[in-house]
Amino acid sequence: MIAFVIRRLLQSIAVMLVVALIAFLLFNYVGDPINNMVGQDTSIQDRERLREELGLNDPAIVQFARFVGNAVQGDFGFSYRQSEPVSGLILARLPATLELSMVAALMALAVGVPMGVYTGLHRDHWLSKVFLAVSLVGISLPTFLIGILLILVFAVILGWLPSFGRGEVVQLGWWSTGFLTVSGWQALILPATTLGLFQMTLIMRLVRAEMLEVLRTDYIKFARARGIPRRAVHFGHALKNTLVPVITITGLQLGSIIAFAIITETVFQWPGMGLLFLQAIQFADIPVMAAYLILIAFFFVVINLIVDMLYYLVDPRLRVDRAVAGGHAPS
Amino acid sequence: MTRLTSSLALAASLAITLPASAETFRWAFQGDMQALDPYSLNETLTLGTLGNIYEGLVMRDKDLNIIPALATEWELVEPTVWRFKLREGVTFHNGNPFTADDVIFSLERTRKEGSDVPTKVASIDEIRKIDDHTIEIVTKNPNPILTSDLSDWYIMDQEWAVEHGAEDPVDVRAGVENYATRHANGTGPFMVVEREPDVRTVLKPFENWWGEPDHNITEAIFTPISSDATRVAALLSGELDMAYPIPLQDGRRLEATPGVSLLAGPEARTIFLGMDQLRDELLESSVAGKNPFQDVRVRRAFYQAIDVEAIKDKIMRGASLPTALMVAPQVNGFSEELNERYPYDPEAARALLTEAGYPEGFQVGMDCPNDRYVNDEAICQAVAAMLAQIGVDVELLAQTKSKYFAKILAFDTSFYLLGWTPSTFDAHNPLFNLMNCRGEDDPNRGKFNLGGYCNERVDELTAMIQSEINPEKRQAMIDEAFTLHKDEFGHIPLHQQPLSWGKKDSVELAQRADNVFDLRYVVVGE
Repeated sequence: MIAFVIRRLLQSIAVMLVVALIAFLLFNYVGDPINNMVGQDTSIQDRERLREELGLNDPAIVQFARFVGNAVQGDFGFSYRQSEPVSGLILARLPATLELSMVAALMALAVGVPMGVYTGLHRDHWLSKVFLAVSLVGISLPTFLIGILLILVFAVILGWLPSFGRGEVVQLGWWSTGFLTVSGWQALILPATTLGLFQMTLIMRLVRAEMLEVLRTDYIKFARARGIPRRAVHFGHALKNTLVPVITITGLQLGSIIAFAIITETVFQWPGMGLLFLQAIQFADIPVMAAYLILIAFFFVVINLIVDMLYYLVDPRLRVDRAVAGGHAPS
Repeated sequence: MTRLTSSLALAASLAITLPASAETFRWAFQGDMQALDPYSLNETLTLGTLGNIYEGLVMRDKDLNIIPALATEWELVEPTVWRFKLREGVTFHNGNPFTADDVIFSLERTRKEGSDVPTKVASIDEIRKIDDHTIEIVTKNPNPILTSDLSDWYIMDQEWAVEHGAEDPVDVRAGVENYATRHANGTGPFMVVEREPDVRTVLKPFENWWGEPDHNITEAIFTPISSDATRVAALLSGELDMAYPIPLQDGRRLEATPGVSLLAGPEARTIFLGMDQLRDELLESSVAGKNPFQDVRVRRAFYQAIDVEAIKDKIMRGASLPTALMVAPQVNGFSEELNERYPYDPEAARALLTEAGYPEGFQVGMDCPNDRYVNDEAICQAVAAMLAQIGVDVELLAQTKSKYFAKILAFDTSFYLLGWTPSTFDAHNPLFNLMNCRGEDDPNRGKFNLGGYCNERVDELTAMIQSEINPEKRQAMIDEAFTLHKDEFGHIPLHQQPLSWGKKDSVELAQRADNVFDLRYVVVGE
């Protein structure tokens, strides 16, 4: 097990290196940051010198090597846009994105699983049809449109919730949290709903399909025949057996939620990493883009690792199978 | 879109305004200041907003006139020597007194590596301290527009900078954090109490400010909101007192909403088209072996084929100001008489093209930004459609500003759209940057003259304009240079683009034509 984890972590380094390399090859196409960094009166000589001294004239592979060399020493460079260390900028934005993503994922689970169970058990009930219709909207509408519609209804028309920002935050060491203030929670509702809606509908449909599958199996029929209460059959046996794919999908989607919070953060001016990344792209702020991309790659690797480990916990067969395949089956 | 508009109108009638203390003023722009260091970036939002915190020797009022700030009076004692009397009893936000030494320190700091504003003091040879509150500024040559150059050159406190190790300007290349990036210590009417880059900046009035405040703000909160739709929604929902820019297409929605209004006025930014007249063969064209833009008839044909009034009505929603000159009325040197456009006349344009040897027209590439100027891409599309009427096939490449500027500033363009606001608000700046021959001797001459328009007489006049002290003689030279450029169709000026700000009705403020928002004029009602 430990060897497995270590191997996966080593692989993650390779993944991050590849991501960084591809990123630097692509940076040739995001445009020139120099004109964004100086005013229109700045002389040609100063522009050229800035370009030279930032190493922007070097080939992509040289820029990549320099970046990796510095990154290994924990130095991710200076933001071209904000003249501050990139690591500090990302660290300051990380809590906002993680809090938003976690709440969105929990909302998706807390609402998606019961809805999936319900629609699985009561296939023809009118409420199930309503749930399915709503989920279709969640899957088919683009995120920014959902965000703008929510702002229109809850901020502009009803005036209940703020349309942008994170509200008041409390600083706990370097972590800034919005969980401890009323305005923080108010500000969280709309973006978290926007971000979690797609995942919610996905989880609901997944749970529903799995439930329908499991309810047809023999052991459920036997359980019913033995007179075990419906409740215990549905939640004790059926739901438990639907969880493996749900964990996989939720885990993998968590990575996507963090990575694709970009759009939601932009619509709600949520001060997270996604907004930082988008502004970095517009500015061609190469150090910020590079650091963000490898951080996201790292998240994906770690989340995948955790998902794999959860499998072992949830499904004992995996452990047995693996042992058999490895030739160490207990005789 | 229609549904969205009507629901927003409905929204307006139902809008519940969030309670806010009367004198807290909240405003939003699409981006943030890049740093609080007043020498870090020569750009409108950064310097304009910092103008509430820092002050220069002189400043601009709401009509862009030069008025006293840290200097109370000044006079030209010799053609190259100006004597400035400094205001007495002024303190910085930290309580340090303001003296001549701070001015001299600021000059040194402005000239250091990393500073983006050395051009503001480029004409200065030295600053002499006569006493604590009198200085003499010696210029290398007579400089008739010295006070314009200095209007947003801000004075920093020497002791504060030394104390916090911020003697040097913020420099990305240095790789060290600079205290002045996030902290400010000016003499202006507002001081920074909280700064979180990209999130919010909180200002409070400076109690010991030397002036008598016209505003009634007790707290001002600035939030960048990058998404247009969100910025407009936040204004409509009452979370903001003022927001800018407002997209032109949202203007009517704002005006239809009770409690908020649109402030639209012409900006001093001129939008124009440029053509490569330098190369013997265009980079992006079907014409081989010669450059059609070297023929003045072709340039004129392009000019007369473009209907700026249609662009104004259809694309700019009536808010732009068509122009025949490369400078706006707010800019020193503008002449109402010369501001007469050649008429829109596609027939004449076609005849000119035929005469020049292109009866079938030709194909040419065009570069355009899509996130830099008001409706920039739409303007380019309209231009392409209008040129198609005279047989010119325009291959439009509209892209984000980082890509667009990288391409055109490498002179890799045949036909492009660009906008320009002279930072000095004087005609010399566009003449030197846009209309002078691209120089081998001085690469900065004509550095934004991407099409390489060249007339030696214009260059000669520009050099004289730079140091001519007599206003009448100077204006005559400017007129002559502008006339030459206009008759030769060096560029095709289109319009001054509109400013578009949104505000609550209960708030009074002044809209400056340079898109600077000055808190000094804000009065928050009831």
